[in-house]
Amino acid sequence: MLDAILLVALVLASVLTVMTARVLRAAIALAVTSAVLAVVMFRLGSPFAGVFELSVCAGLIPAILISVIGLTRRLGPEGLAARRIERLKRYWYLPVLLIIAAVILSQVNLRVDHMVQPITPEADPRTVLWNLRHLDLLGQIVVLLGGAFAVVVLLKELRNER
Amino acid sequence: MLTLLILAPLAALVLANLPFGRALRTWAHPLTLVLAIAQVGLVVFVPTDSWNGPCPLEKFFTFGLAMDQIGRVMLLSIGIVVFSAMMVAGSTMAPGGPRSRFASVMLIAMVGMNGTVLLRDLFSLYVFLEITAVSSFVLIAFNKDRDALEGAFKYIILSAVATTLMVGSVALFLLVAGETSFDAVSRALLNANTSVVAKVAMGAFVCGLFIKGGLVPFHGWLPGAYSSAPAPVSVFLAGIATKVSGVYALVRLMTSVFGPGSVSLNHVLLLVGAASIVVGALAALWQDNLKRLLAYSSISQVGYIILGLGCGSPLGVLGAVFHLFNHSVFKSLLFVNSAAVEQRVGTTDMNRMGALGGRMPITSVTSLIAVLSTAGIPPLAGFWSKLVIIVALWQSHDYAYAFIAVLMSVVTLGYLLLMQRKIFFNETSEDMMGVREASFGIVVPALVLAAITIGVGVLFPWILNTFLLPIGGIL
Repeated sequence: MLDAILLVALVLASVLTVMTARVLRAAIALAVTSAVLAVVMFRLGSPFAGVFELSVCAGLIPAILISVIGLTRRLGPEGLAARRIERLKRYWYLPVLLIIAAVILSQVNLRVDHMVQPITPEADPRTVLWNLRHLDLLGQIVVLLGGAFAVVVLLKELRNER
Repeated sequence: MLTLLILAPLAALVLANLPFGRALRTWAHPLTLVLAIAQVGLVVFVPTDSWNGPCPLEKFFTFGLAMDQIGRVMLLSIGIVVFSAMMVAGSTMAPGGPRSRFASVMLIAMVGMNGTVLLRDLFSLYVFLEITAVSSFVLIAFNKDRDALEGAFKYIILSAVATTLMVGSVALFLLVAGETSFDAVSRALLNANTSVVAKVAMGAFVCGLFIKGGLVPFHGWLPGAYSSAPAPVSVFLAGIATKVSGVYALVRLMTSVFGPGSVSLNHVLLLVGAASIVVGALAALWQDNLKRLLAYSSISQVGYIILGLGCGSPLGVLGAVFHLFNHSVFKSLLFVNSAAVEQRVGTTDMNRMGALGGRMPITSVTSLIAVLSTAGIPPLAGFWSKLVIIVALWQSHDYAYAFIAVLMSVVTLGYLLLMQRKIFFNETSEDMMGVREASFGIVVPALVLAAITIGVGVLFPWILNTFLLPIGGIL
């Protein structure tokens, strides 16, 4: 029962993230989506994944988004109403598609012929992350650097002009 | 030594951006140029076996990198195209802040592309493809005008869809194989060739790479991104970025993970390759914007690479990799020439150009060389790679696809000669009276790329024996 509630909450929060016309609400809805996903991960027996999801996706990323929102201009009430109508007209079919896909998937007898392997001490996430996946760690650091340069290149001059 | 190819651009990036004043930042552009030239020199003169030897850095960093002949060809392409893009940037971007920021983002892209070529793990492949995607997004949006932001936005959205497909398939491969290294996944797929999970994973990953590579029917983002990006970024994107992100990754997966004998996947590749060739060529016929024409031409030429891969034979793989290299060179040359014309004329609308042949002789001649190579005219490089692909298709009894490849080469010659006529011949107008040859920074890479196009074509027998035949183990 709890799993069903969590999945419905996850879907509703993610739909709100995409469909809302206000950027700040979208950032907060994204945080809620990630928090619910973190709970799902804890319940599936992946506490490390849950911790990362909670700290990074539900915490750090919305914090960065909200700080960047300060650089944007807010739409007036008329612009907001027009944007809301335009988004509804453009994306009304997405929730409908989602419901149809859910109904179809619930009827199909999916046979997964591979089972998840239990985590062994050698495959402990901490060991894997710090001892075995140096290249991925370096890659993630470089992706963050890329993001930082994106902010500098795209937003710094804009702020100076204002 | 392989670790250096990832750490050197990173070290240059950190050095050029240390917070010790603006003087250091002016070093970003020359540092990137030097690294690109050094990469070309090392790849040409250091044999493949020496690259895989022990390195003192491996005491601190164990990255699990490996180099083979395909990787060597790709690293050479990366070095040549980054050199060309940086030279064009030196002539078209304002010195100081913009040029150093551009160079810094290019260094990040170099880390991503070099890593993609050298690694042997699916999850790491996803991470390094993301590095290339993030840096490409920033570069496309560099000018911050409406078209550039729209092009970048389309790119990042479709790239995110591709990433989602790839990450999902990595998770499924983890279920099947228990690991994500190429060897482990390849072994597991041999034992699980009827598994639905394995097939879904393969399909999802390949779809993601089709999007990254701008292949039909996922090519919608490409013309907008190429045409709205600044000139050096167009050289970079068309020359190497999409080739590494989508096409090379596909070549690597087909040869090292899925196996070229995967029949159903081969059929998909042949179909997508043929569709890309036809759609790209026909769309290019109707373009008035030079960069959009070259973008559609790029989609078409990448289709030849995918056709070669879809043969499933070592000769097909050889042809695909060879055409990948040649395409990097002649497409970069075409975009460098586009930068030259844009610099002097101020537009990429071909209807507003004309009779530039006499006023821009170097640009005109190098453009003609690129046009003839793209169309597959002997003895230029493009002829040989297309010939190898067509022979491979014939040998694997894919006669219809071979026919399409030959027919579309004629269409390619048609639209490119039309382009050449519109820009460099036709009647002159008063607007063109003051036009002169492009600056040194654009002419030099044009001459270098033209020399490579001619040299690879004329010296094809030596190139074949030294670099290409070892690729498919055909020797």
